[in-house]
Amino acid sequence: MSSETKQILTTDGIPLEVSLKKAEKKNKIRAFLLVAPLLLFLIITYIFPIGEMFMRSVDDRMVTNMLPKTFKAMEKWENLEELPSEEVYRAFYEDYKLLVENQQHGKLGQRLNKEKNGFNTITKKLFRQIKRKKIDESASLKEQINKIHKRWRNVEFWQAIKRTAPPYTAAKYLKGVDMYLAADGSIAQVDEDRRIHRILWLRTLEIAFFVTLFCFFMGYPIAHLLATLPMKYSNLLMICVLLPFWTSLLVRTASWMILLQQQGIVNDFFVMIGLVADDNRPEMMYNKVGTYVAMTQILLPFMVLPLYSVMKTISPSLMRAGKSLGGTPFVAFWKVYFPLTIPGIGAGCLLVFILAIGYYITPALVGGASGTLISNQIAFHMKTTLDWSFASAMGLMLLTGVLVIYWIYNKLVGVDNIKLG
Amino acid sequence: MGKNPEFVKFDKVDKSYDGKVLVVKDLQLDIAEGEFITMLGPSGSGKTTCLMMLAGFETPTHGEILLDGNIISNIPPHKRGIGMVFQNYALFPHMTVYENLAFPLRVRKVEKDEIDKKVDKALSMVSLNGFETRMPAQLSGGQQQRVAVARALVFDPAVVLMDEPLGALDKNLRESMQYEIKHIHESIGVTVVYVTHDQSEALTMSNRIAVFNDGKVQQLSNPAELYEKPVNSFVAEFIGENNTFNGEVVDIDKDKCKVKLANSEILANPITVKSKGEKTTVSLRPERALINPADKMDNMFTGKIEEVIYHGDHTRVRLNLLGSSEFILKVPNSTSNLELKVSQDINIGWNSTDARALDAK
Repeated sequence: MSSETKQILTTDGIPLEVSLKKAEKKNKIRAFLLVAPLLLFLIITYIFPIGEMFMRSVDDRMVTNMLPKTFKAMEKWENLEELPSEEVYRAFYEDYKLLVENQQHGKLGQRLNKEKNGFNTITKKLFRQIKRKKIDESASLKEQINKIHKRWRNVEFWQAIKRTAPPYTAAKYLKGVDMYLAADGSIAQVDEDRRIHRILWLRTLEIAFFVTLFCFFMGYPIAHLLATLPMKYSNLLMICVLLPFWTSLLVRTASWMILLQQQGIVNDFFVMIGLVADDNRPEMMYNKVGTYVAMTQILLPFMVLPLYSVMKTISPSLMRAGKSLGGTPFVAFWKVYFPLTIPGIGAGCLLVFILAIGYYITPALVGGASGTLISNQIAFHMKTTLDWSFASAMGLMLLTGVLVIYWIYNKLVGVDNIKLG
Repeated sequence: MGKNPEFVKFDKVDKSYDGKVLVVKDLQLDIAEGEFITMLGPSGSGKTTCLMMLAGFETPTHGEILLDGNIISNIPPHKRGIGMVFQNYALFPHMTVYENLAFPLRVRKVEKDEIDKKVDKALSMVSLNGFETRMPAQLSGGQQQRVAVARALVFDPAVVLMDEPLGALDKNLRESMQYEIKHIHESIGVTVVYVTHDQSEALTMSNRIAVFNDGKVQQLSNPAELYEKPVNSFVAEFIGENNTFNGEVVDIDKDKCKVKLANSEILANPITVKSKGEKTTVSLRPERALINPADKMDNMFTGKIEEVIYHGDHTRVRLNLLGSSEFILKVPNSTSNLELKVSQDINIGWNSTDARALDAK
């Protein structure tokens, strides 16, 4: 039809579309006002912190702000294999002197030391020379500074300063996967014996995967029972499933410690029935076993509930139909019942996997050295090394990983097929 | 029919769920090969339980069920080879129509070509060719129902069970499906055991009807006999409409008895009553009582019209007759219809053979 199609008008002569919009405007505003508090809450507690976290993880403006003249001068430094010109030295001296006056020089030393080991020593030496006023500003500063320590004559240290010039850096992200930005600007791997993060990432994925698997194999029959038992028993079973939900996570983890430790109840029982010797009690805690056991138990309800809600909707007559049409009970289950529970399986697995991948308290308490996850490493950098930007970077990598998994899942199963209840 | 008259046999079957109440009591029922038999009864009368026992989803507490002479009580459902149409169709929602129909054939390891042929045949039987790739959710209720019927028949079972299959359909569709199922049954000659609580459905479709109440078969006979000659007052009440008089037998002959009502006496046909002094309920179909009968009838009374209700093809007239104001007459709306007005007095007559003296309610 042509664009000149006559507009439909209401009896008052107002175009119908305009009239409709007007009529719905009030409702739209009301609906928006209803969700506005939630939206605000999400922005304040979720979107804003994530943005802040991202900024922190890539922020490297500290040195940029501390050495403005140096970096300006360094723009003309072309042959990076040779020491920079007198101009650069002078600019650096002036920047540093200003920092000394503002008592900021210590921070710079520490920051540069992270970039190149041994930097702190030579900046301290420079600081002392400036304090004692031993530097003649009218003479060549390049010569004077080079004399303070032999490292000032090493071009690698100047290259290190140059590397800190950009206000934003991906260095923390590279560190998160055991890589770093080499002196020549290329990405390199850290030495094999110092690659700890990759192991942690892989272990996190492995533990999350197996916890999901265990939850699935334990949760499926439970959910099935819940959905098919008579009300009287299913209510009781439901309470058993939900009971852990009503108990503090910390308490549950602590009770696993009581159960699993070497002198614990489970080991006592094994000894009692003669499964293991008293002097050869197996370690069930402070390793992967502990993490698996405790996390599976804690995350089980997240598998059972979506499965249950899906199974509840499957009419028992479908299984009967399958059997009456000649399918053995197994065939009827596998061809009829199981495919119908896939939305629940998808929801349960996704939920458990995503929760497991970011789990923190339980692995921290029962995981020991071999059972800790990436989240424990994040916490370590938050609390112990105070390298918040690195912690932020790893947190964001974790978040991205979860989003990627969600995306893959959506491609494979389709989020529309997820049923949570 | 010349076929096995005891193709399906319930032999002294009892069923109890809780060990206290018998849901099915001493059921003795023979179903002939190729027969369309309907189990009719109010809810809780045990009819569905019987069907489930036959399908194998429930086990009899006592007694045996025989299929073609073999005891099947210990055979699991999937080995019985009995087709079943469920109340809510129970189509597999994740499979297409074709896959639904192919399911019973695939589990029997039928060749692919053979499956295609049989599915095609079954779909044409319910006139649903071309719907193979649809999902059940894309079909209307009537179409889903047909798929369910086709699926129950596609593997050529000896017996097909139907558990109130038309309950969810609207009235018109239900009626056309009744004929359709009846025609399918006639064309392929499969034995059908049909459960319903809808008496008109039962009367339309069945060769024989077993009326269930209280865990027992009250009457087993063909539809006409069931309607015309109910053997007890429950059946008379449950099937069709019914005028009743409660009274006492004062005189009894071979084919006639005199029943004393509150303040009059009527002549009736003794069915269950045997002797004088027995309490009885006399049942009379509304269409058997005539207004101003031309011929002499042995029961003639005068009643007063209380209400006239127009029903399209007939008019229902409620009368005050013999002390009861619940006497119903059905008058066909023919052109020669007489004028019926409320509070008019009219003469009513009926033959004593149509007034059946049954057990007292």
